[in-house]
Amino acid sequence: MRNHTPVPTRAVQATAAASAVVVALTLTACSSPAAATPGIDDETVKVGTHQPLTGPAAAGFSSISAATSAYFEYVNAQGGIHGRTIEYVVKDDGYNPANTQSVVRELVQEDEVFAILNGLGTPTHSSVLDYLGQNGVPDLFVASGSTTWNQPEEYPSTFGFNADYVVEGAALAQYAADQKPGAVVCVLGQDDDFGETFLQGVELALGSDGVATYQTYSTSNEDVTAQIGAMKEAGCEINLLATINGFTAMALGTAAQMGWFPQWYASSSGGDYPTLVGFLGEDVGPKLLEGFVSANYLPNSPGGDWYELFQRINDEYNDGAPFDGNTVYGMSVGYLFAEALAKAGEDPTRETLVEAVESGELVGNGILPLTFGADDHAAYDGVGIAVVSGGVQDFVGATYRVDGESVSAVEAEPVPLENDGIPAP
Amino acid sequence: MNRLTTGTRAGHVRAVVLRAVLLTALALAATFALDPFRNYQLAVIAATFCATAGLTLLVGLTGQLSLGHAVLMAAGGYGYALVAAPAADAGLPPAAGLALGVVGALVASGAVGGLLGLAGARLRGPYLAGLTLALVIALPAVATQVPGLGKDQGLAVPFVPVPGPLAGVMVVEQWHAWVAIVVTAVAVTPLVVLRSGRAGLRMRAVHGDEVAARLAGVSPARVKVGAFVAGSLSAGLGGAVLAVVTQNVGPGRYSLAFSLLLVVAVVVGGLGSVGGAAAGAALVVLLPWLVDTVASGLPADLEQRLSGNLAVAVFGALLIAVTVAWPGGLAAATSGPRARLAGRLRRPRPADPPSDPPSDSRPEPRPITER
Repeated sequence: MRNHTPVPTRAVQATAAASAVVVALTLTACSSPAAATPGIDDETVKVGTHQPLTGPAAAGFSSISAATSAYFEYVNAQGGIHGRTIEYVVKDDGYNPANTQSVVRELVQEDEVFAILNGLGTPTHSSVLDYLGQNGVPDLFVASGSTTWNQPEEYPSTFGFNADYVVEGAALAQYAADQKPGAVVCVLGQDDDFGETFLQGVELALGSDGVATYQTYSTSNEDVTAQIGAMKEAGCEINLLATINGFTAMALGTAAQMGWFPQWYASSSGGDYPTLVGFLGEDVGPKLLEGFVSANYLPNSPGGDWYELFQRINDEYNDGAPFDGNTVYGMSVGYLFAEALAKAGEDPTRETLVEAVESGELVGNGILPLTFGADDHAAYDGVGIAVVSGGVQDFVGATYRVDGESVSAVEAEPVPLENDGIPAP
Repeated sequence: MNRLTTGTRAGHVRAVVLRAVLLTALALAATFALDPFRNYQLAVIAATFCATAGLTLLVGLTGQLSLGHAVLMAAGGYGYALVAAPAADAGLPPAAGLALGVVGALVASGAVGGLLGLAGARLRGPYLAGLTLALVIALPAVATQVPGLGKDQGLAVPFVPVPGPLAGVMVVEQWHAWVAIVVTAVAVTPLVVLRSGRAGLRMRAVHGDEVAARLAGVSPARVKVGAFVAGSLSAGLGGAVLAVVTQNVGPGRYSLAFSLLLVVAVVVGGLGSVGGAAAGAALVVLLPWLVDTVASGLPADLEQRLSGNLAVAVFGALLIAVTVAWPGGLAAATSGPRARLAGRLRRPRPADPPSDPPSDSRPEPRPITER
């Protein structure tokens, strides 16, 4: 047996030294709380986003951020907003909440963005909602129709962009009831807030016993055979879909393989015709999608002023990438952010940016007026119905709004294009 | 490296604990030199280290290959969330919620690890690997089907704010790094004690030859289950740390890819080496981020194509390179220089007892009973 006192003594000395280092470093801390608005100076405004550039949602949505970037380049080429150019930092989260948590922290702490814009996805963005709130980062125009974003009391700086899923579910269900009274209506939904909120909307329009069967899928399991089989079994005639684009295509394709061709009504998040044709293939896609119904609230009419402007921007600043609903969506997000930034004053802070959105003065570019206000952080309370006819997806004139607990048909009020799509202060 | 032959058991444990305290203090001090995002990364590394430390003992010492260690982390994370959330709702202070949550994590991961260990003690090599692999593949389905686990979206975890006295000194990321470092120290130190003590000998005995171990009075089943539970508890604490740091626990983080990366981490670090497990954990967390940072300088379309895929390729290449160059992993590759450095630091110290054999810095031939 040997005397061991030297080892502990040395360790104790070293521990004491380390403690001294702790105290010394405390005085020159790098992680100490700091002031000053990050991400903005006289020349640029830096905003960040998390998008699914890879993973299960990539094929349907990865073109959105490219479109937003292209629109910002267009604005920058015209001199920017209040003389500042907009820098858009896009991070890939693979539609996995775990990655979202990392990349959003990187955006806020490392890239020091002024605001987060259009973070995509319900499960992904939910996982960073508290973090953004606690750090006072404006969380604008989340790319999801969950009602979670509309909680001004709890999340004063979070705003949604999509018409919420209650609105979409209610509008599609009402349209189904108007088109084919008494039809057997079923719902296929994503097994998170997306599906559940959509179902609430459907039940708002049809009553709590109006849905014959509600099936769910999980994005981590890329197969919907069991769900589609159950829906076929239940004798569904109209299937309402709270699905992202990839799963909309999968649902249609799986049903077609079973030799089953019901009517499909999809949420705007999974109802983009060119994207769906991309999934299903040029040969069968157009045939399967003829008569396909979906909801939308953006200027998605081929030939419209906004549509043509966005096509021009897409050709010039986006290398002529395939033009689809995601392109219109991405550029509309860019336009709304530019408008908010213009309204936030000559020297915007995070507070004035949020106030500008809450002021209710933003008009956006939708087919209905924006509903933002101090006590409403949702963008749209109504949607139009678009139908695919002869390979072209366009509005058919039916437009619905949800007011509290009731769904009503209204007239669309499209916002006219002004000033070449550059928001004026 | 076994000191059992050179000192008393209690003295040895004391030395390990003191070294742990020293390293913990150093790590806590280091957080002051880091910006918030680095502190966040440090916390994630610490959490990953909890899992790799247990895994390296399992694979390296008892030879049980677990491909599903991420599930044990997930069990810890869910255990934390399921206890801490009601605690926060009941109005308990954050510190109490944290402590209760950690207990919840230990219970959940211990239960899952115990069951898995019982099954694992009856299975060998590829069969155990298959069982654990099946678990990690089943995790998303379990999270979706079992009510109360929040499906793909996961569960929200109560926020642990910086305590009052420290609020003027540090931001929340640094505080979370502190929590992570302390919990990791509590998780890993017992593993180091186990590894170098009698339990470690038993694990090596079982790994070497189960029949011989049984003849020597060692119960292989008990040793294997014990090792599995110890590794699970540590991994569970890692899951709890991740839950605290990210304020969320969901199946997305604990994917098959992540689970396999944990194995890559311990193989690259060096099987059986706790220091190697730490290096491997740092690699698993930092490499994808580094690769993405480098790739962001590439043209946009190329970057989009490589994004998320390049890191996996780099891991594969690294694994091959390391196993070809140093089959013992980074720990073996650096053991020569480390021993020389330790020897140089040691020699000029007059305080050392003269009876310290100079051979202490070299690996000494192990007695036959240790094999």
